Amino acid sequence: MKRFVLAGLALALGAGAVIAQDAIAQRRDIMKAVGGATRDPGAMLKGEQPFDLAKVQRSLAIYADSAKTMPGLYPAGTQTGGDTSASPKIWEDAAGFKAAFDKFAADANAAASAIKDEASFKANFPNVLKNCGSCHEVYRVKKG
Amino acid sequence: MRRGVAVGLALGTLALGGVLGFYLLSAPETWRMARGATIVADKRTPDLANGARLFDASGCASCHATPGQDDRARLGGGLAFHTPFGTLNAPNISPDPAVGIGNWSLGDFARAMREGVSPQGRHYYPAFPYTSYQRMKPDDVADLYAYLKSLPKVSDASKPHQMNFPFNITRGLGLWKLAFLDGKPFTPNPARDAQWNLGAYLVNGPGHCAECHSPRNAAGAIIPSQRFAGGPDPEGKGFVPNITQAPNGLAKWSASDIAELLKTGFTPDYDSVGGSMAPVIKNTSRLSDADRAAMAVYIKSLPPIETPPRPKKP
Repeated sequence: MKRFVLAGLALALGAGAVIAQDAIAQRRDIMKAVGGATRDPGAMLKGEQPFDLAKVQRSLAIYADSAKTMPGLYPAGTQTGGDTSASPKIWEDAAGFKAAFDKFAADANAAASAIKDEASFKANFPNVLKNCGSCHEVYRVKKG
Repeated sequence: MRRGVAVGLALGTLALGGVLGFYLLSAPETWRMARGATIVADKRTPDLANGARLFDASGCASCHATPGQDDRARLGGGLAFHTPFGTLNAPNISPDPAVGIGNWSLGDFARAMREGVSPQGRHYYPAFPYTSYQRMKPDDVADLYAYLKSLPKVSDASKPHQMNFPFNITRGLGLWKLAFLDGKPFTPNPARDAQWNLGAYLVNGPGHCAECHSPRNAAGAIIPSQRFAGGPDPEGKGFVPNITQAPNGLAKWSASDIAELLKTGFTPDYDSVGGSMAPVIKNTSRLSDADRAAMAVYIKSLPPIETPPRPKKP
């Protein structure tokens, strides 16, 4: 019986570790997707690529979606592991972390309504991108 | 008995000699004699625009701006640095005469920037990167001084440092400086063009990039042979990337990729840099495209150096 309980415990712990790894991998994938979604609008801002409203709107939709999913991917136990670059501040200030993503989503949605052409794109898009740096400054620790 | 007295006397003399030697060697005047007096720019009309540029290039606001507010010109100090040697609190460098630098002369300021000494002759900890600022041109230092003096006075008193023994004895820093502060100005490389030399100056002088992007020895000084090869974060959180042309450094980046990062904080993959680099981008984003391009050309020219090993995970 004791052995059985121990085995069950080991299994549960193992499963917990798997879920933790999944959460870390998942948030990493989402962040990569956000970066990927920035490629086209980034090139448009630099004038390396012609303005394309559909692409811009698609990127903004990815931002807003990601911002909704992300805060749920930091359960207790995922502070370390999987080479995560998450800062301990995420767990110390969970409300602030959630608020940063809410702001990112709100800014992305506001830009989606405001952007109709190249001029409004250049006026509004950089404001959305400011969220990347301001959130990373507080909640991310570079590991090289 | 007599022998005991003699030995006691000898030991006493030795100890006294040691104390006296330490006292003499660690004096700011000793360093000045060994490395030469600081050159202070002649009286001239300061160029405030250039002062503002140096303020951004030097990253003054990152440490000295009052935390928790957005005005980078309010230099009330107060940001805490948790180093392996204790906690340092960035002081007030606003022009307030009582708690800031309002009563400092240009000479006082120039000596602080190159010698790491206060007007009262106390050593500053090298968290204030005078190891880099010592390379700055006297005219740039004068313009920066004039610019700082033009900013609003902030009356918040500086918090005292909380360093562990023996690092709380600032006098000991005199010996550290004799070993690790060479006092040399920036010297252009005649084999390189003006853009490269401007970049080398901005990166190694005001920009003080190597202060974080290099490993340090046990005494807390940069290891010259591994300059720019990255290393553990000075505050013990994470690892600062290698910015040489090593394969895991910036080998795959173009100079314009580097300039773009300094402007927007985005890597070529549109990752946005975080941690202590985010405040650096706030400074470099305010520089001119020409200054950023020069820094990028210089950084792109750094020969590859292998990244030092990472500290083992606890």
